[in-house]
Amino acid sequence: MSKMVPVPTHSYLPERDADKVPILEARHLGIDFGGLTAVDSLDLTIGRTEIAGLIGPNGAGKTTVFNLLTKVYQPTRGTILLDAKDTAGMNTVQVNHAGIARTFQNIRLFKDLTVLENVLIGLHKSMNVNLMESVFRLPRYWKQEKEAKEKALELLSIFQMQDLAKYEAGALPYGAQRRLEIVRALGTNPKLLLLDEPAAGMNPSETASLMENIQKIRDSFHIAIMLIEHDMNLVMGICEGIAVLNYGKIIAKGTPEEIQANPAVIEAYLGKKKEG
Amino acid sequence: MRQRVQIPMPVRYLINGVLIVLLFLLGQVLISTSILSSYYQKILLQVGVYVIAAVSLNVATGYLGQLPLGHAGFMAVGGYTAGIFMKSFPIKGIPAFILAILLAGIVAGIFGIIIGIPALRLKGDYLAIITLGFGEIIRVILLNIDTVLGFKFTGGAAGLMGIPKYTSFPIVFICVAVTCLTIHTMMKSRHGRAILSIRENEIAAESCGINTFYYKTMAFVASAFFAGVAGALFASYLGLLVPSDFGFMKSIEILVMVVLGGMGSMLGSVLAAAVLTIVPFALQSISQTVADYRMVIYSVLLIIVMIFKPSGLLGTYDFSFTRILEKLINRIGIHDAVAKKGEKSR
Amino acid sequence: MLFLSQIINGLQLGSIYALVALGYSMVYGIIMLLNFAHGDIIMVGGYVAMLTIAAGVHPILAVILAILACVVLGVMIDKVAYAPLRSSPRISLLITAIGVSFLLENLAQNIWGANARPFPNSSIIKGAAISIGGVHIGNTAIVTIVVSLLSMVVLTFLVQKTKRGKAMRAVSEDMGTAQLMGINVNNTITFTFAVGSALAGIGSILYCCTYPQVSPTMGSMLGLKAFVAAVLGGIGSIPGAMVGGFAIGMAEVLVRAVGLSDWTDGVVFAILIVVLLFRPTGLMGRPMTEKV
Repeated sequence: MSKMVPVPTHSYLPERDADKVPILEARHLGIDFGGLTAVDSLDLTIGRTEIAGLIGPNGAGKTTVFNLLTKVYQPTRGTILLDAKDTAGMNTVQVNHAGIARTFQNIRLFKDLTVLENVLIGLHKSMNVNLMESVFRLPRYWKQEKEAKEKALELLSIFQMQDLAKYEAGALPYGAQRRLEIVRALGTNPKLLLLDEPAAGMNPSETASLMENIQKIRDSFHIAIMLIEHDMNLVMGICEGIAVLNYGKIIAKGTPEEIQANPAVIEAYLGKKKEG
Repeated sequence: MRQRVQIPMPVRYLINGVLIVLLFLLGQVLISTSILSSYYQKILLQVGVYVIAAVSLNVATGYLGQLPLGHAGFMAVGGYTAGIFMKSFPIKGIPAFILAILLAGIVAGIFGIIIGIPALRLKGDYLAIITLGFGEIIRVILLNIDTVLGFKFTGGAAGLMGIPKYTSFPIVFICVAVTCLTIHTMMKSRHGRAILSIRENEIAAESCGINTFYYKTMAFVASAFFAGVAGALFASYLGLLVPSDFGFMKSIEILVMVVLGGMGSMLGSVLAAAVLTIVPFALQSISQTVADYRMVIYSVLLIIVMIFKPSGLLGTYDFSFTRILEKLINRIGIHDAVAKKGEKSR
Repeated sequence: MLFLSQIINGLQLGSIYALVALGYSMVYGIIMLLNFAHGDIIMVGGYVAMLTIAAGVHPILAVILAILACVVLGVMIDKVAYAPLRSSPRISLLITAIGVSFLLENLAQNIWGANARPFPNSSIIKGAAISIGGVHIGNTAIVTIVVSLLSMVVLTFLVQKTKRGKAMRAVSEDMGTAQLMGINVNNTITFTFAVGSALAGIGSILYCCTYPQVSPTMGSMLGLKAFVAAVLGGIGSIPGAMVGGFAIGMAEVLVRAVGLSDWTDGVVFAILIVVLLFRPTGLMGRPMTEKV
């Protein structure tokens, strides 16, 4: 695991990313729901090839952060810079085109479509045949469909899922569904991949191989990954930088070692030690 | 592992092409030898019109997953467009009719954009209601535009009369085939997948970078276009159009075909449209009592099917002749020979 | 003066729409169904009242019988046609409702004939028109408005203040949670249908007294308009249905008053579209959100 070094934005990034523009910079990000502040003054910096973790107790606002970054919710305050570009005014689709892909805590696959079709929809933007070329089956249609199919199978092979291509996504076991969501997200060719509880519902051996695969994805695609996860073995095992969220605010940031030793984090998870 | 035979793409297209031609010839032979009387031919033409109407609605309902209740409105737009065009266009005959069909589709498609852009911003039942509203407004306008604005356009409540009758088996057959093929090829492409992804999970589709509004509009316009084509065929089949033909009940009738056949199944829409068009005639021919109760029978059957088979008769199953052929080949063991051949040639 | 009497007309029609719209809205609020058969329940109510009066039953008893018939029919429709589809796709439920609507209309046509028949309105609402400051107000108008308002007050009390009403609100909020809290969901749904149908029954009598005839298809356009009213107000919202009903009634009367009666339906739907464009869930509907 690489060393974390300070960068001009008052954050820490992995040493190898330090002199490059961070992939994501969120500044003073916040959102209110009808007077209730769900996330407040959130500052976050993610290095170009960093694996970052976002942890915190239930209801801390972790998924809300993902929803803000992907513009499922429009932030009330603050700025999000994606690869130094302000995403203000963008919607979910534009943010995806700009380079953020995500998975969902409550899996959102295209259940009645096949595994292959799910990935092909992820690859939608990488194809550009127009409607007439598709309808009349012109050569460019055949060429792009073939390329997309090959690409989809290649992506599925990351998780050895290429043989499942023909099955309905909804018929897959739970763990496979989570993996398929990652593959689909990768299809959109992201610079930053957000994983919302990727190991939820997986058994220990599945989780172990997921950890390997997350690292493999980062290494082969050279992208940044940020994950929300409750499995501390996974988080502490693969994340380089971790942010801890409680009541919508970041209460600690640092390397896994620093986070584990941080009293505020321990308090947030376990509650205040009783006096006496 | 046994290698399964797959029929390669060009051959599939060839087989399907041959199949379509054969069906067409069969129809032609039945008609020219008068095995199908002119009464049955008329029913056949109606079947064609409703097949196009149902298959086109299936794009918006079955594939896109929305619930428009104004499909008859698009048919009306297409029908009146074709009717007015054919009456006023100097050249008559089949070429003018084909032009009229295209024009009907285009104008209905434009209405699809006009109605779709506001309607598709709404979700679920609200979309259903707003399209119902648009459909009714189209009907009211067709009914009243002449009396109020002094046009000699639509003929008001009396109807648009004297539309040249050119709707014939070959033209209807070609329109049905083109509609089904176009929708099929559209759905089996990145555009179609984008449309399906919206039905499956809109939020996930957006996070995959699918411009959902654009593809919703595309599906809606495609649906309206072919409804317009159906309207044009209907206009030139009857020779007379009255606004009350295109009320809310007509939209419902077409929707019932789609749902009963199984949403998202083109074959289901085709079969349901055919059966539901033929059944009233068939009941009529059994006896008068049965004919009197045909709507009662129809509604009871509708309720029963929905209770026992809520996903429609065919669900989302779709017919593929080549797939059946593949199954057959694999079942009877030709596959060994073919597979070996395939290996050798590699 | 003319204006005032038009206002009265609008209130009269609007209060009928509101009563019918309430039935749509309550059922939608609880099982998310656009109950297309609701309009036809009104038709049945009209026939029952007419036929019982013709058979010599006392008008008041006939009215009660008609309302009871509506309640029984409404509950029966739910039990037989809708209950088996509680967990099915909503479109199947919708098509079933359409099927029930077709069935009622066509049965009525087969049993009672397709032609409209006169309704004995004068035996239900008696007395002459009264005149206030030169404006003649028909007796029927007064009775209609008063009875409707009274029904709405009773309904509001029922929903807001009684245990049953609380259960209804809970089920419409979240059926699963309501069940976990020990609320008998099935009974509550039945009760909702009963109340909605009773309102339809009252609306039916008032409608038939206003336009004194009954026909198998009388419910479909009335139902559609009332349904538009419910959506306009925000479907699922009880005050919304009332506001929507009055708004549609008023609009319709005013359009007719300026001599555009052919365009009435068009205007009604145009209002609906404009409102939905600016308030996508109706005037008083709650915004829809999906948890991500």
